[in-house]
Order: sequence, then structure tokens, then C-alpha cells
Amino acid sequence: MKTHEWTLICQLTDIPVLGSRRVTRAAGMDVAVFRNSQDQVFALLDRCPHKGGPLSQGIVFGTHVACPLHNWSIGLCDGQASLPDEGCTPKFSVKLEEGAVYLRAAELQSHATDLARPIAGPARRKTVV
Amino acid sequence: MDMNLPPVKKQKLVMVGNGMAGVRTLEELLKIAPELYDITVFGAEPHPNYNRILLSPVLAGEQTLEEIVLNPFSWYEENGITLHAGKTVTEVDRVKRIVRATAADGSVVEAAYDRLLMCTGSNPFILPVPGKDLEGVIAYRDIADTNTMIDAASRFKHAVVIGGGLLGLEAANGLMLRGMTVTVVHVMPTLMERQLDSVAGGLLRKSLEERGLNFLMGAQTQEIVGSQDEGKGGRVKSIKFKDGKEVPADLVVMAVGIRPNTALASSMRLHVDKGIVVTDTMQTVTDARIYSVGECAAHRGIAYGLVAPLFEQGKVAANHLAQFGIGRYQGSLTSTKLKVTGIDLFSAGNFMGGENTEEIVMSDPFGGVYKKLVIQEDKLVGACLYGDTVDGSWYFKLLRDGRSIADIRDKLMFGESNIGDVGHEGHSKAASMPDEAEVCGCNGVKKGAICKAIKEKGLFTIEEVRKHTKASASCGSCTGLVEQILMFTAGGDYSATPKTKAMCGCTEHGHEAVRQAIRTPLADGSKLLTIAGVFKHLDWKTPNGCASCRPAINYYLISTWPKEAVDDPQSRFINERSHANIQKDGTYSVIPRMWGGETTSSELRRIADAVDKYKIPTVKVTGGQRIDLLGVKKEDLVSVWKDIGMPSGHAYAKALRTVKTCVGSEWCRMGTQDSTQMGKDLERAMWRMYAPHKVKFAVSGCPRNCAEAGIKDVGIIGVDSGWEMYIAGNGGIKTEVAHFFTKLKTAAEVLEYTGAFCELYRQEGWYLERTVHYVNRVGLDYVKTRILQDHAGRQALWERLQFALDGEPDPWFDFKDAQVDTRQFDALTAKAGVAA
Repeated sequence: MKTHEWTLICQLTDIPVLGSRRVTRAAGMDVAVFRNSQDQVFALLDRCPHKGGPLSQGIVFGTHVACPLHNWSIGLCDGQASLPDEGCTPKFSVKLEEGAVYLRAAELQSHATDLARPIAGPARRKTVV
Repeated sequence: MDMNLPPVKKQKLVMVGNGMAGVRTLEELLKIAPELYDITVFGAEPHPNYNRILLSPVLAGEQTLEEIVLNPFSWYEENGITLHAGKTVTEVDRVKRIVRATAADGSVVEAAYDRLLMCTGSNPFILPVPGKDLEGVIAYRDIADTNTMIDAASRFKHAVVIGGGLLGLEAANGLMLRGMTVTVVHVMPTLMERQLDSVAGGLLRKSLEERGLNFLMGAQTQEIVGSQDEGKGGRVKSIKFKDGKEVPADLVVMAVGIRPNTALASSMRLHVDKGIVVTDTMQTVTDARIYSVGECAAHRGIAYGLVAPLFEQGKVAANHLAQFGIGRYQGSLTSTKLKVTGIDLFSAGNFMGGENTEEIVMSDPFGGVYKKLVIQEDKLVGACLYGDTVDGSWYFKLLRDGRSIADIRDKLMFGESNIGDVGHEGHSKAASMPDEAEVCGCNGVKKGAICKAIKEKGLFTIEEVRKHTKASASCGSCTGLVEQILMFTAGGDYSATPKTKAMCGCTEHGHEAVRQAIRTPLADGSKLLTIAGVFKHLDWKTPNGCASCRPAINYYLISTWPKEAVDDPQSRFINERSHANIQKDGTYSVIPRMWGGETTSSELRRIADAVDKYKIPTVKVTGGQRIDLLGVKKEDLVSVWKDIGMPSGHAYAKALRTVKTCVGSEWCRMGTQDSTQMGKDLERAMWRMYAPHKVKFAVSGCPRNCAEAGIKDVGIIGVDSGWEMYIAGNGGIKTEVAHFFTKLKTAAEVLEYTGAFCELYRQEGWYLERTVHYVNRVGLDYVKTRILQDHAGRQALWERLQFALDGEPDPWFDFKDAQVDTRQFDALTAKAGVAA
């Protein structure tokens, strides 16, 4: 696979305005693709740097998303948490062309695949904390 | 085009004065418009900006000078600010717009300005008595004064402090701790008479005397006597009073008050009256290019001397300098605390009382506790606390909000902590708490973490501490403690602006103003029905709001104009967008509705089958008598709802959640009323009711109250002759017992009164305000007037609610009508092989 190859994800209209969709991949956590009121698209790992909340479920405003778990504000352009909170979510290259949204194949395959989603429920009892 | 040229020539901003208020203004400005100005700062002292409030702990040996520096020299460099420290501005030419300053060596520096910021602060007032210029006679204002005192304490024995106010007592305490014999001379009969009444002043004096301070009350200074030239020269030797008494003194500290430093402003012919007169945008009334903030500025006739209002001014000035032109300063209400370690006192408002006021007093002179609350027309107008000040912030809030205290009058004196308060292990005195003690139970913040953040990040206000540490950011029950910690650590004060609190950073409008605007038809008769329309009409500062204002406005629109305004799912929190409750791992919980908490074997069978089919890891019974399925994957939600086939329980929403019931007269041998049926009827009548926050009901069939109706938003308790109705209870962070509201005869009345109360709350409550807070804000009497006395009004409210709920969709099944975007349940996948 060529490193610079773009893969089609969806049409822009598949993402709600001021909303987001999540993209599953073979390995690693989902990628969240966001659409703001200016029809710009952004892509971040679907994981808040704070406690791993799914950013795809947050409220989108301006060029930020508010994490649904503890309301951290994450910049859509760079994945950076807004001050005074500190932390960063891996970002993904994204391309909007003729109304279609693309992510890089190579990034989907191997970017930030080491991060895992938080564990809840009885599964926690089995893991050593 | 020559790319080396800067795009636009920067404007020049010059600041006169290098103190806390001024530098804070620059910090705010750099945050929002870092590239707009070339900044030059003149400071008379040869130091960078330091925390003047903490000079007292430095004097007392509790902190060092290095520790109180707020912005080191490197900060000025990093931000490209030219700092002239140790240079006093002597002249400003307003026509040519040039500032001239003189250094200690006589050299002159000039700087041109486009905008000028006057932050000259204040000067200590020096008593015009003979001997005021002798060696060893000083004021208490800056680092040089503090060093002089520290030096004197190491060489001399006797100190006299003139002035028994805040600053004088702090100076006296510091000098005493450094080994001097200190006498405080005060012209009034009691200490701190501007902040304390005579009883509290007496307690304070007693406590300070026990620590070793001496006091001369009602003493008027006649002359300060020197060691040479028949007392006219040399170093101070003693001090003489009008009554002939003479006290030995090697050091005299004058702390009799401060005056705004307006000499330079007067020479510039700026209008000066109690300070440099400024407008709400902190511009001088004389010259719009010139701004003034801090102790030197007089806003609406008041020159403030406490940190919080000055920082508020700085924010407004910065906003205006950054050419945003929004933000106005509207004045502050202030309160006082003394920074003498181990002495707690607090006062605010009209604590002296007077005509037409009533007082509630609690006095325990042996225990060293005294509290006085001053009440006027059912409102708290003043408070004076000594010895136990943890409720200071609560009283201050009541004072500021101006809400009626008639309903809590009997409990008022015992403080907020007595009304039910959890989360900080019952601590009420911050100073004695160990660093590892938890202050904020909601967010797990320990005292040590708060102190560290205050010191390292230079925090001053409770809002800043909330932002950085999250302490007191959730329930707020530890606010008093956090403020105490702030007090000890940074020397901040309790003051805050009394005016309406803005909804969020996107606007200046408070919740009430926004609700009012939505309620009021526009000039052309049309209504505000969309979030975008509200933003436009109220000049929102951001294009599409934020995660805090959008959900609020969405609720205000759909509750004010049911069937007209359209719900916007993208402006709802995730739980209300996906109609399930998000969990820490991103899965969801599903709680189906069970009317009145009753279920059947077929419902249970369907639930059990769904649990197996979708491998739902946890099944739990909730506090509201429902069944909770935890750990459902988002993509399974729709199928789980369908398989279970029960209505949405709305356990995820700011809406009517559950009606908890006891068994009632149908089965219970004690029961007097059919509480289960009453609960089912209430739930069927009011489910799908969105509200400012979650709403819970309970119905008990007899006064044994097994359904715990006393801690619900509406609690109904069956008695032999009918039903008792209780409102605005809360079993949450602060356990609040519901108020008895009225007694009703029939089930139809229970429905009508409950519905009317809910509709009133729906129309007037602020978003995220529970019924307990709503009723506290407007007062129980008001709610009684609207629901119990105004019969037509009550019926209208009940009809209005029924109209709003009629035909409302069940979001688990009627996706289209409930505006549920079902795309959210499916994940996207990369389209293999399709490349651009």
C-alpha cells in the first residue's frame, strides 16, 4: 500500500453539521471525523487525553469538541486540550474533495494503534489495577 | 511585495505602574490579542510585579520575597515587554502622546503611546504630625517598607503601629513575630471599625492581646519625638499623645489608610474625583486613549482596594484594548478577611445594621465565636463573622443574589453546612487540614493540590482555582473551604461582582436575560425559535456557542415554545442525543420505563432475553426502583430498545425520571392511600417532560413514607384525609428536605398541582438548576403565590404542560418525531480500495 494513498470514508453529508461519525479500523481505536458549521472536516483518535472518553460523542462548536465524559475542550485542528487542561489526542490527516471525506490509508492502518479504550464494568475486576 | 516588512505597524501601549492590577490587564490582553501592541511598562519600584497582599506573610516570616513575585523579569522578556523598573513617570504629554520618566540617577526615559494605561495604585496616607519625616517613621506599602521593618526588628525593641485597621494589625502581628514589643495605636474605640462591629472588634482585640500585642484605643497622636535636636531630628525615640501619654518607639509604622495615587493624573488634567474617573469600559472620562484600572481608578464613585474587583476591571480593559469592545465593568460588592494566621474573621455588606434592619446574633465569647447577620425586608444585607468563617462565602452569595431568606431564616445562622453538606469529611477549617485531606469530594481534589496550583499558577480567584483544579467546580459545597485555602495561600479576598453572572464565555447575558429574550416576541411579532436566531438577536460572541450555552438555549426554546421550536440534537449532551447514559468506557446504559416501579413477568422475560442476546455485562436495580442494563454497545442500542419493547425511562435526560412509590393501600396493612396508582398516574401524565434538570417524584401511601418522598422534587404523602404535597427536596450532594407545600383532597388535584409546579419550574428555572435551587432563588412564598393562591394561573400552567406533552414522541421508537439522528448508531468503515 502506498504511504500517501487516501481512502474514501464517507460523503460530507453523512456527518451531521456540528457533529461527528466514528470510523472503525482493523487495529486500534476508532477515528472520529468531525464536521463544523463551516463544513470543514477534522479527524482525531476517538479518545480524550483525559480519561479516554469518546470524542465522537461530544458537542462540536467552533473548532472544538467538548468531551462527553468530563467536558474537556479539545481542539479539532491539533487535538490539543484547551488550557488550563493539558493533554493531546493524536490527529489524523483528512481530505475533503468534491464532497467526499478521505483519510490516509497508512494512518488508518498504523497511527496511534497502541492506545486502548478505558475499561468499565465487571471486566475491571479481572484486570489488576 | 517585500516579505520582510511587518504586515501592520503595531500600536504602542504604555503602562504607568507595574502593580498587580496593571500586569493582570496585560496578561489578559496578551491572551486575547498577543500581537496587537508594542508594550512598555514603567514601574517606580526596582522590582518586577509581585503580590502586594502577601507582604504581611513576608513580614511575619511565613513567606519570602522571592515567593511572592508574580511575574519575574523573564516574563516581561518572553512577552516582548519593555520594562523600565525603578523609573518614576513624572510627566505625560497628552497632545504629543509621550510619557517621560526619571530614574534614581536623574536620567530621563521617554516613550510614545497610542494607548495609555494608568495603574498608579495608591499611596499610604501620612498623618501630618511633627516628626513624620524622622528616620524610623515609615508607611507600610511596598517591598522597601517591608525590608525596613524586617531590618528594624533585628536591631530595635519598640515598635508603634498607628492604625488599628486591616493593614495596621497585619504589620503589628508581623513585627511582633519578629520579636519586637508592639503597641497598636488606634483613634477609634474598637479595632477594624470599618469591617467589624464592636463585639467582633472586641473579640479580635482580646485574641491579639493574648498573643502579646498592646493596644492604645482612642489615642490621638500629637507628635513623634526624635533622638537629636531636642526631639526634632535623628531617629524616632518615642511618640506623644494628646492626653500627655508618651510611649517609647524605635520604629513607627503609619497604617492609617491609603489614598488613590492621582498626582500624575491631575497634572495631566484628567478628571479626578476619589480617583481617576473611568467609564464602564475603564477608559478615563477625559481622554478615551487613556485607561485606568486598579486602586487609582474611581468607577461610579468607588475606588476599589481588593484583588477580585481589580482583576475584573483588568479583564474589561484588556477586552477593550484588544478592540473587542464587548465587556463592561459594572461595579463590585466587597467583603473583608484579615490575613493574620489563626484569626478568622469575615464581614460583608451592611454588618452594622441600623434603622429597619433586624439582627440575628450568636455569641460565644469564651469559645471565641461571634456571628451577626443583618436582615432587611427578608433579605440578608450584612454579615460579620468572627472565629468561624466557613459560611462567609455562602452569606456573601445570599447577599449578592438578594434572594428572600424568609424560608430559611430559622436555619440561616447555622450556615450552609448545617443544611446538609457532604464530600469533604465535615471539615470546616481549612488551615488545620492536612495537605492530603480531601477538600472537594466530587472531583477528588486534596488540599495540597489546591495550594500547589495556587502557588505555581498564580491563582487569585475562586473561578481560577475551579478552572485549574476542578475543586468546588461541581456541587460547590466546598466553596467556603477553597476560599479559605485561597486566602491563606495567595491572600485573595472574597469579593466578586454582584451583577448577573454571564451564561458562559460566549455572552454577557445571564440565564434570566436569555430566557426573557426568548419569551418576548420581537418587534415584528415573530418569535425567537432557533438557536442561531437567539445568537444573532443577543449578539453572541461566538459563531455557534459552546457546550454550555447551546444545550441551555435549546432547552429554553423547546420549553418556551412547544410545538413551534424544533429540537436540535447537536445541541444536546450525548445522553440526550443517543437517549442512553454514556459510561466511562464509552458504552451506554439502558433503563426502560416501569410505571410507578411496577413490572410484569413478560417485561422481565424480555429484559432477560435482551441481556443474554446482547451480552450486557451488568444488570442493576436503581435507587428510583427501575432496572438498569449497563454496558450496552452504541450499535446495539436500537435493537435492545426494540427487543425489550418498553418505553424510554428518560434516565439519561434532564426530564421526568422516575416516580418512586410504595406498595400503598392495595397491599400494605398500614397503607391509607393507593400510592402505586397515584404514582402511575403521575408518571403517565408527565413522562417525556423535559426540564432544566432531572426531576424525580415519589408517592408514599402513608406518613411512614417508605418511598422517601421527603427528598424528591415533588413528594406526595398519603394521609387519611387525602394527600400532602412536598416540593423542592433533593437527595443529592446537599441533602435538602422538601418543603411542605399544601394539602390536597383528590388524585386529580395532586396531578394538577404537581403539573403546575413543574411547568412553573420549566418556564422559569435556569438550565441545570434543580427545583431546590430554583425555589431557593425565587423563594417558597413566590411559588405558593403562583400555585396556591392564583387558581386561574395554576390551571393555566397545568393546561400548558399538558399541551406541551400531548403527542410528544417516545425517542426509543419515534426516531423521526424525536429528532433522533440514527446515523450515530452505525460506525463508518474505510471503503477498501476506493482512493482519491
